[in-house]
Amino acid sequence: MTRIVHKFTRRVPDWQPRVKPVDLAEATPAQLDALKVTPSNTKVSAYVLTLAHDVESLSVRSPLFNAIMYDKGGMSREERELGALGASMVNRCIYCAAVHADRHAKLAKDESVTDELFANGANAKLSPRNRAIFDFARKSAEAPPASDQQDIEALRQVGLDDAEIFDLILSSALFGWANRLMHVLGDPVRQEPAPQKVSA
Amino acid sequence: MSFSQITTLTASGLDMTSDLARVISARSNILEMTQDAEDAVLRPSDYGAFPHDLRAALAARIARRSNDEKLAVHYEVAAGDYAALARPEVSGEEQGLTTVLSIVDLVANAPKDISADHIAALQSAGISDPDIVRLCELVAFMAYQIRVVSGLRLMQGETA
Repeated sequence: MTRIVHKFTRRVPDWQPRVKPVDLAEATPAQLDALKVTPSNTKVSAYVLTLAHDVESLSVRSPLFNAIMYDKGGMSREERELGALGASMVNRCIYCAAVHADRHAKLAKDESVTDELFANGANAKLSPRNRAIFDFARKSAEAPPASDQQDIEALRQVGLDDAEIFDLILSSALFGWANRLMHVLGDPVRQEPAPQKVSA
Repeated sequence: MSFSQITTLTASGLDMTSDLARVISARSNILEMTQDAEDAVLRPSDYGAFPHDLRAALAARIARRSNDEKLAVHYEVAAGDYAALARPEVSGEEQGLTTVLSIVDLVANAPKDISADHIAALQSAGISDPDIVRLCELVAFMAYQIRVVSGLRLMQGETA
């Protein structure tokens, strides 16, 4: 039985597309080429096969995504995950929030930050640095973006330099993009055993 | 690619000789790929049901709804016969695009409210699955670009 997941969780669900993904057996040479540049090239996910319908976008988005989240220097990977999570929570992308909360917890070796965020959202009790980062990401994800000069000032006050602030802008903005694919084109689901029939 | 060829930077009003421009040049690969992504969603060779001028109109509409007039004007000049759609109050009835526009507006401005019914509505309106993905990529990219531009303006001390 398939159940749609509606609550934020660090336990990463499956993703079920709302449109028919590209059939790998029928993929064009351009699609096959683009599918290679994704991080998981052994087993192609339903998500990537769905995005392969627009192969020109997929080909540029995968390396861009990796550069924003993983390139060296600037903001720590852990804090970029917090930027990704802030946007994903505003946009209610349960799948993205799960993946990036899980990565944050693993990189930080600490589940308490994401536990607190999932329990209390914008009112979560956070360290001053995490507070400034999360608030910027959260407000930037609003439509139109609601972050302002004071949010930038708050980031500088907790010690972020311009390179780190720019990385935060990029990682939170990137999830404005990713959430609008993941949350729009499919559902976060879990396979659960069918309820047992009780014989009379 | 020079910084002056990257829409995200020119729209932000960044002074290319400033200290901030020097700082962000450490991410020039990301800025160049951002331009490549813009080219892929605005001017793809396989444009499906959405020709380049319609895409430009949609990009301008999304930017305008996000109060980014500078970016809106940048895209609007390429909107051709679809230029009317760059005005958020236009419903698209004349062009037979009301379903597409209402869902574009929702994905752009309230993505959390999108449900399976909206995707089914696009399918019922005759939009193919590959075109639904193409449309989504365009709207999703614009959400990213608008926020990078807005962030860069804030870093320069402007109200975004």
